[in-house]
Amino acid sequence: MKSGRFWAWVVFILGAAYLFIPLIATVEFSMRMRRGAYSFDAYQIVLGDSQFQATFMYSVIAAIFTIILGVLVVVPTAYWIRLRLPQLRPIVEFITLLPLVIPAIVIVFGYIRMYGSNSPLPFLSNNTATNALLVIGYATLALPYMYRAVDTGLRTIDVRTLTEAAQILGAGWSTIITRVILPNVLIAVLSGAFLTFAIVIGEFTMASLLNRPAFGPYLQNIGANRAYEPAALAIIAFAITWGCMSLIQILSRFAPRSANRPN
Amino acid sequence: MTLKDGSRRMTDLSLSDQAIAGKTAPPSEARALRLPTQWLGVAPFFIFAIMFLILPTLYLMLGAFQNDAGEFTFENIAALAQPSIVAAYWISIKVSLASALIGAFAGLAIAIAIVRGGLPEWIRSATLTFSGVASNFAGVPLAFAFLATLGRLGLATVLLNTLFGLNIYAHGFNILSFWGLTLTYVYFQIPLMVVIIVPAIDGLKKEWGEAAATLGATTAQYWRMVVIPVIWPSFLGTVILLFANAFGAIATAYALTGSSLNIVPILLYAQIRGDVLHNAHLGYAIAFGMIVITGLANIFYIWFRTRSERWLK
Repeated sequence: MKSGRFWAWVVFILGAAYLFIPLIATVEFSMRMRRGAYSFDAYQIVLGDSQFQATFMYSVIAAIFTIILGVLVVVPTAYWIRLRLPQLRPIVEFITLLPLVIPAIVIVFGYIRMYGSNSPLPFLSNNTATNALLVIGYATLALPYMYRAVDTGLRTIDVRTLTEAAQILGAGWSTIITRVILPNVLIAVLSGAFLTFAIVIGEFTMASLLNRPAFGPYLQNIGANRAYEPAALAIIAFAITWGCMSLIQILSRFAPRSANRPN
Repeated sequence: MTLKDGSRRMTDLSLSDQAIAGKTAPPSEARALRLPTQWLGVAPFFIFAIMFLILPTLYLMLGAFQNDAGEFTFENIAALAQPSIVAAYWISIKVSLASALIGAFAGLAIAIAIVRGGLPEWIRSATLTFSGVASNFAGVPLAFAFLATLGRLGLATVLLNTLFGLNIYAHGFNILSFWGLTLTYVYFQIPLMVVIIVPAIDGLKKEWGEAAATLGATTAQYWRMVVIPVIWPSFLGTVILLFANAFGAIATAYALTGSSLNIVPILLYAQIRGDVLHNAHLGYAIAFGMIVITGLANIFYIWFRTRSERWLK
C-alpha cells in the first residue's frame, strides 16, 4: 500500500509537470518582450490592438448567435424526444454525434461547395449570409455538447408530469417550452452554452475557410508574424477556457439533483 | 435496468397519449391530427441536420466518385495513391495514433493514481477540474504554448541546455516535426483520457477486490484478471476516440508548423484555399478518405463502449 501511494505521487507529479510546464513557459515567454526585464508589454500591445478588439468582438457575437441557434434547435427536440418520440432517440443521438465523426474541415468544405454563389441557396454571396453560415457551422460543431448537456438536464426533471400539469392549467406548447421546461433545464442549457463559447471563441478552420474576420484566424496571423504576442494571446485564451469551465462547475452546484429517478 | 426503464417509459407514454387524446378531441379525430404534429416537434432539428450536416457531407462523398462531367468514376479514389497524398495520410495516422497511445497510457496512469492511489481527495477534484480545462485548450493557442516551451527559444529547451547541457535541437528534435506535433497533441489527449476514464475506474466495485482477496488472489492477479479485463473495452474505446480527435484537428498543426508538416487536414486546407492539387474532385476524395478513417474509428469506439457498459452499470 505504501509503495502504491509513492508511485501514485510520482505519476501525479509527472502528469502535473507535463500539463503545467507549457503554461509556465508561455507566461514566462509572454513577459520577455522587454530586454533584460520581465514586463507585461506583450499583453499591452495585444489588448490595445484594434484588430484584436474587432476580431474578438466578432467571435463573441458569433458565439452568442451560435448559442441561441443551438438552444433553438436542441431544446425543443430533446424535450419532444423525451415526451413523445422516444423511438427516435437512437437516430437523434447518432446525428448529434456525427460532428465528432466528420472533421470540421470536411463539413465546411461541403458548405463551400454546396452553398456557393451559384447554388440555389447562395450563402456565400454576401457577408451577412456568410456570417449566418459560420454561425450554423459552429452550431453543428457544438451540437454533440449542447445536446448532451440539455438531455442530461431533462433527465433530472419529470418532463411528463410538468407537461401534463401545464396542459391542465391550459398552457399551449410554446408556453410549456419557454415557461416550464426551459427554466427547469436552464442550468444545463447554460453549461452547454459556456462549453459552446469555449469551442467557438478561438475556432480557426471554419472561420478561416469562410474568410470571416474572427478571433481564430487573427491568432494564427499573429502567430505567423510576431514573437512574444502569441504567448500573451495563448495565456488570454487559456484564461477564457478556464473561465468558461469554472462557470460550468459553479452552475452544476445549482443544478437539481435527479429527483424522479429512484435508480 | 435498461429493460425496466424502457417498459416504464412505454407505459408512461401510452398513459399520457390517452390523457392528451381524451383532453383535446374524440379518439378518431385525435388520431388523424396526431401524426403530423408528433413529427413537427422534431422537424426543425432534422431539417437543420440534413441541410448543414448530412447533405454537405454526402455532396463531398458523391463528388469523390464523379469526374468533372458528373460521370461515375473511381479515378479520384485511385488518385489518392499518389506518393504525396499517401505520405500525408500516413503521417496523419502516425501522429494521431502516437498521441492517442501516449495520451491514453499517461491519462490512465494518472486516473488510477488519483482514484486508487490513496492521494488526498482535493488532488482528485483539482485534477478533474484542470483536465476539463486542458482538454478544451486546443487549437491555435496550444501551438503558441508549445512554441514557447519547446521552440528554439522556449523555456524547456533553454533550461535543458543550461542546466543539463542537453541541446535537444542538436539531437535532431524539432517542434515543427512529427514528435513536436505529437507531444503538442498529447497535451489535450492526456486530460481527455483522464476525464473519460475516471468514471470507468470509479465503476470498479470494492466488492470485486474483496471477492478476489477472499478467493486468495494476489494484487497482481486481481489486476490481471479483474481490473484490466473490465477497464480494457473503455480504454480501447477511448484510445480510438482520441485518435479520431487528433486526426481531424488542423488548427494546432497549422499554427505550429505552417505547411512544413504535410498532414491530411493541412493538405485538404491548402486544396480548398487554392486548388493545389489542380483537381477539385481529388479534394472530395481526400475528404472522403478522412470520413472513412474517422468513421471506422467511431464504429470501433461504439462497439467497445457497448461492451464496456455491461460492466459499468
